[in-house]
Amino acid sequence: MEKEAYLDLYYQMVLIRLVEDQAAQLYQQGKIGGFLHLYIGQEAVSTGLISARQPQDRVITAYRDHGVAINCGISAVEVLAELMGKASGISKGKGGSMHLADVKKNFWGGHAIVGAHLPIAAGLALGDLYQKNDGVTICMFGDGATNIGYFHEALNLSQVWKLPVLWVCENNQYGMGTSVERASAVSEIRKKADGYGIPNDHVDGMDVLLVRKAAQAAIDHVRSGKGPYFLEVITYRFRGHSMGDPERYRRSEEVKKWQENDPIGIYRRYLIDEGIASDAELDTLDARVEQVVMEAVQSATASPEPGPEALFENVYFEG
Amino acid sequence: MARITMREAISQALWEEMERDPNVFILGEEVGVWGGTYAVTKGFYDHFGADRVRDTPIAEAAIIGATIGSALVGLRPVAELMTINFAFSAMDHIVNEAAKLHYMFAGQFVLPLVIRAVGGGGRQLGATHSQTPDAIFAHFPGLKVVAPGTPEDAKGLLKTAIRSNDPVLFIEHATLYQVRGEVPEGDYSVPIGTAKVQRPGRDVTIVTYSKMLEISTKAADLLAKDGIEAEIVDLRTLRPLDMDPVIESFKKTNRAVIVEEGWRSFGVGSEVASRIYEQAFDYVDAPIQRVAQKEVPLPYNRNLEQMALPQVEDVIRAVKEVL
Repeated sequence: MEKEAYLDLYYQMVLIRLVEDQAAQLYQQGKIGGFLHLYIGQEAVSTGLISARQPQDRVITAYRDHGVAINCGISAVEVLAELMGKASGISKGKGGSMHLADVKKNFWGGHAIVGAHLPIAAGLALGDLYQKNDGVTICMFGDGATNIGYFHEALNLSQVWKLPVLWVCENNQYGMGTSVERASAVSEIRKKADGYGIPNDHVDGMDVLLVRKAAQAAIDHVRSGKGPYFLEVITYRFRGHSMGDPERYRRSEEVKKWQENDPIGIYRRYLIDEGIASDAELDTLDARVEQVVMEAVQSATASPEPGPEALFENVYFEG
Repeated sequence: MARITMREAISQALWEEMERDPNVFILGEEVGVWGGTYAVTKGFYDHFGADRVRDTPIAEAAIIGATIGSALVGLRPVAELMTINFAFSAMDHIVNEAAKLHYMFAGQFVLPLVIRAVGGGGRQLGATHSQTPDAIFAHFPGLKVVAPGTPEDAKGLLKTAIRSNDPVLFIEHATLYQVRGEVPEGDYSVPIGTAKVQRPGRDVTIVTYSKMLEISTKAADLLAKDGIEAEIVDLRTLRPLDMDPVIESFKKTNRAVIVEEGWRSFGVGSEVASRIYEQAFDYVDAPIQRVAQKEVPLPYNRNLEQMALPQVEDVIRAVKEVL
């Protein structure tokens, strides 16, 4: 990997972190409505994963989608404007936090019903199989989604039809406030893939390079025509499930312990220890990200709301 | 004009569209090797192959989810739900995904998909396999809901649905498959969202669709013997609902009976009656009557089942009520 590529991973993770920090503030100021699910703590998962994809590879995820959107190439201002319901948002203010997508960047959302996007991911992969494209559909979901029927229908279908789909479970230990142990009959979630004969692996989701490496192997497997693959990524969200989560279900010591494994901190140390970048270089990069994000906040704040004519637009494609 | 069955009409529409466009394909339970539980896709598997006539597991959410996903990337899937009662297992994907993705992502997502679903009662299949929940699906903006009553409309509307870039729920009535009717030769289509006067008359407007077109027509034949000329407006599409022919007819007859197979409460009749009152109140000469299914889960016993379903006599009684 070139130095630039190493730094780009760092840049993306810091960008996600700062966008989320700003989103939290904007939410507290009442400038963002509805739900807000932050990706803080999980940055290495989608950054590593999506860095391994080719342009023809599709990405689809659940409602904790800001980081995924940024990794897919959606700008900070398009994300923040959408969170603020602005016409310049990536979904023109009609989707909100949970519904970011950019088809041109092969990012297919942002889906808010737990597990419901897994059958849709199977369909995206079916489209590629049918049209004999060599794209892989990368479908991300949380540990909580593995307990709903859609998960099992989709995994089964993907193996029966040998669909080119990579199932990625972001196991952040909790489905809302219910721990994996309390919600799932098996706590090693990847074992569920065994039930469908789908090869699987797991990886430390706090280390962006490990995620990237595992993702590359998994994507290669799927692209080679062997059918679906299942990757469990072990991670942790540092913030609540959504804003206003009282977090009664976990101890602050537990959160602190995971925060010592901050994916950005781990990677920063790695870059310095390996002599890939200096402290000063990374500080400069931090400052650049901060500037980008502050400008994005200003630009999104200043941009107009959708006009009333937007209300009836796009109900149907035809009339 | 050829005289063919509803089953043949639907089958022809599918066949012709699959021949025309390689992106059109079928998926569903028993659509392939079996040939379709209602034999609509008989012969398709051998002709088009397993890739284009895809047998699925019994997993409705996966079927409709895969339908949505493959439509998003440019295919034109036609999913078959063995019965519309199984659509409840895919409810989330129909109403939360198919009906909303285009809007929620500001037009980025396009969903050229069709869900064919077999509905209706009258075959002694019991309460869970005999429902007419059309109005439920018509409730959701973003979805188009089509329910033809004649072979001509079935073929023309299905072709339009397959060529449409919007998600269409295409409801076929299980007891209409054997019904015969004239169908134009060659390629033709019928626009979605247009009601049609199927029988002209001057005395009363009967608004109906799907199977109840048959019941209403039989009632109109009998009424004609008494000198009562009923005009029958066939809605054909429930969403978007075309009220123009209904209002035009009502302004002429000043009386209306709405006949649907589903339950009366919160149904198609409620909606159509409200719109007539809203749009043509000054023309009302009698309270609008609704004929619908009795408010019970449909029983298995043949006599009880028929008691619950709207009959020709119910329509005649309602017409005489408004005259």
